[in-house]
Amino acid sequence: MRITQGCFSFLPDLSDEQITAQVEYMLSRDWAVSLEYTDDPHPRNIYWEMWGHPMFDLRDAKGVMMEFEDCRKAHPDAYIRMQAFDDTRGFETVMMSFIVNRPAEEPRLTMQRTDYEGRSQKYGWTARA
Amino acid sequence: MTDTPEAPQRIDLGAEYESSGVAEVLRELDEELIGLAPVKQRIRETAALLLVDRARRALGLSQETPTLHMSFTGNPGTGKTTVARKMAGLLYRLGYVRKGHLVSVTRDDLVGQYIGHTAPKTKEVLKKAMGGVLFIDEAYYLYKPDNERDYGQEAIEILLQVMENNRDDLVVIMAGYADRMDRFFSANPGFRSRIAHHIEFPDYSEEELGRIAGTMLGDQGYRLDEGGRAALEEYIDLRRTQPHFANARSIRNALDRARLRQANRLFEAGGVVDADALSTISEADIRPSRVFRGGLDADRAAPEAAE
Repeated sequence: MRITQGCFSFLPDLSDEQITAQVEYMLSRDWAVSLEYTDDPHPRNIYWEMWGHPMFDLRDAKGVMMEFEDCRKAHPDAYIRMQAFDDTRGFETVMMSFIVNRPAEEPRLTMQRTDYEGRSQKYGWTARA
Repeated sequence: MTDTPEAPQRIDLGAEYESSGVAEVLRELDEELIGLAPVKQRIRETAALLLVDRARRALGLSQETPTLHMSFTGNPGTGKTTVARKMAGLLYRLGYVRKGHLVSVTRDDLVGQYIGHTAPKTKEVLKKAMGGVLFIDEAYYLYKPDNERDYGQEAIEILLQVMENNRDDLVVIMAGYADRMDRFFSANPGFRSRIAHHIEFPDYSEEELGRIAGTMLGDQGYRLDEGGRAALEEYIDLRRTQPHFANARSIRNALDRARLRQANRLFEAGGVVDADALSTISEADIRPSRVFRGGLDADRAAPEAAE
């Protein structure tokens, strides 16, 4: 099941050239770029692992792409997302976030219903391989 | 650049020279830098080579990116950093680097203090330099043969790898004293083979240093009077023979101290001053320098600490 979160997730996967162009855009706006990865794409899992520190003060997308290559080599079967942070308001705000790598076999998200007080129900999502 | 379907059949090098902005950079170089004739010559040759190479690529005659890594050797204060900055601009105009910024580092920025610290540090610097020029000042400090556990070796290995694999992405310029750089290169043959352009920076002559002093003062809105000019010439002659002479940098320091003395002189004289008095450096501001008494006291016995 194709996981859709962040920008571009309803589009076909971005090629490396397209990712490079996106990074160029981020850097042109003086945003910091960071890479994060996880094997748990549950929508409520907001804590992805950081791949190194966020990258500040870069001038060219190649620096980010090198880190991305390394991350993809180390975790070929993980979800990797790229994020851009804007600091104009005095704290870092996520401006962009998109998935740049997915496992070949994506887990399924299934919905579960649980009975609750009275006749009300609760819903939850589980990721299954 | 070359993916147009119809490759051009001929290229006007002269027009290319003007339109790429190379002419402008070389003109700036000529105007802003005094002396350094051999350096300017080498840069002009390099620019010609790159221009021709670019034309060849546009015509589909060659595909490879030429090796552009350079080494600048010369004594301190001979303008290596300034020229490196110009070089970054030149390579940017010619399209050999994408952004054209200069990242200037020394050993401290590349080498870490404990195991596992060096690689991330070096990589961080390299990431920042991508698309531009990485200028490594006093590069020979990276290699310390007397300490085999020195982390400099790790930085060298990463550098070599990037210099080889990312030739499209960044240009590395290593700078330092000529003799020490020679030793550094002979101990690390990998660098020698990866650096195509070795440019030597000669020392300035007395006359050139005099003109540099004039330009520096002019930029700050000062001028020398007759006595001051004579004193400065004498100062330069004497200073050259004393240890730790750093060419233009020594001159800049000398002028900074002359300004200090001038300010003191005016302040102590008191009364009303006019613009002319405020911007004139005279003999009295230069003569008290220790250079005229044979250098620092400590220096006559042992090498001095500061100029």
